[in-house]
Amino acid sequence: MNLTLKVWRQKNPRAAGGFETYEAKGVTPEMSFLEMLDVVNEELIAGGRDPIAFDSDCREGICGMCSLVINGIPHGGQPGTTTCELHLRHFHDGQTITVEPWRAKAFPVVRDLITNRSAFDRIIQAGGFVSVNTGGTPDGNAIPVPKTTADRAMDAAACIGCGACVAVCKNASAMLFVAAKVSHLNLLPQGKAEKDRRALNMVKQMDHEGFGNCTVTGSCEAVCPKEISLSFIAKMNRDYGVATLKGQ
Amino acid sequence: MKTIANIFASSLGKKYIMAVTGFGLFLFVIGHLAGNLQVFLGPEAINRYGAFLQSNPELLWPARIGLLLMLGLHIWSAAKVSLENRAARPEGYAAYEPVGSTYASRTMLVSGSIIFVFVVYHLLHYTAQVQYLNLTGRDFRVFVDLKDRHDIFKTLVVGFSNGWVSGFYILGMALLCLHLSHGASSMFQSLGWRNDVYRPMMENLARVVALLIFLGYSSIPAAILFGYGREVLR
Repeated sequence: MNLTLKVWRQKNPRAAGGFETYEAKGVTPEMSFLEMLDVVNEELIAGGRDPIAFDSDCREGICGMCSLVINGIPHGGQPGTTTCELHLRHFHDGQTITVEPWRAKAFPVVRDLITNRSAFDRIIQAGGFVSVNTGGTPDGNAIPVPKTTADRAMDAAACIGCGACVAVCKNASAMLFVAAKVSHLNLLPQGKAEKDRRALNMVKQMDHEGFGNCTVTGSCEAVCPKEISLSFIAKMNRDYGVATLKGQ
Repeated sequence: MKTIANIFASSLGKKYIMAVTGFGLFLFVIGHLAGNLQVFLGPEAINRYGAFLQSNPELLWPARIGLLLMLGLHIWSAAKVSLENRAARPEGYAAYEPVGSTYASRTMLVSGSIIFVFVVYHLLHYTAQVQYLNLTGRDFRVFVDLKDRHDIFKTLVVGFSNGWVSGFYILGMALLCLHLSHGASSMFQSLGWRNDVYRPMMENLARVVALLIFLGYSSIPAAILFGYGREVLR
């Protein structure tokens, strides 16, 4: 199959970017979107031109590196799918596809389709951890965790931090990411000790990074490749509210 | 003091303010509707109700000031949040699809702004009773019933017999319906009082309540346009 790509090209964070059109010729429906870009890049390199810069790592939907807003939807709009697992069978021969980077003030474009998502790392550093003091190895079963709690914590922990929630949100809000990270640890007994501080500090860092606010449109959960529920944002709101009312 | 400053400064805090004031205004909308529907019980009921509300300024004014304060905070948080949201995405998309979101949720600022214009007009129209704004050429302030109370029934019938005014009221209520179909459920999310179990119920309930509010309020101008209460004009 043949595709026409309209790709955002930008030399560096300060340069003005713009769209350029490329033809992806002779690609197959079994290829992933990134493999198709690889084919286009090989041709560009062979022709002595700059390849399209994009992020990718594991290419099996678990690392959170790949991004790309494809025809207006982060990760291309297939439910529970990252760009690396998006196959060309979802497109039709001769289709024109617009490819853009994540757009948010907190995610500046580094080059072409690559954005700097360090803001997420700084939010994690602000509280997305459990402080473990050294000592003897605790017994594996010493802390009972109910199955339902473990399952819910796992649902939140499934977040791979790709940033699609920010990219799709009309407000460029990072609430779903932060909510998943806050909830994951706040639900578990190991994380309970730092529950209040975690919620306050991670939200504070999120605000500081310049993400937008939540208006509960639900776009984030619709594109989340790990299908994180909007209800985790309610949980974060609750945890943050309780911590605030305690005057911490 | 620091706690209050944090609430006003943080992203989640502003949403708490929006949700709490929204909840207060939502309760008022329901109470106001219950009171207004007495118009269908005839002139005696609605005029008695109006006289009762006006009879106790010590309660009336605190209620009015409370409502104004809530409205002010609701608008302030909406403005602040919207400005921050705009700043969070300086460069937009060439192609953008708002997947998974409802029309109501994306247009809260627009529906809210028009509702505000409606509220201002409504207050000038029936509360302050500014004569040249009611488009009927009549002075509502001189309408008095047989028991020497302000004749609210006649005021409503005269006021809503103008199609433009009634149309604007119905439009305002349609936008309120749109606003509440999202807001009445979203406020529980903002306050953290929602989970996967209650969420579908709350979302559906919000839509039903919003629609009932629309039908309830719109029934008054609609009924008058169709001839209800015309006999008092004779």
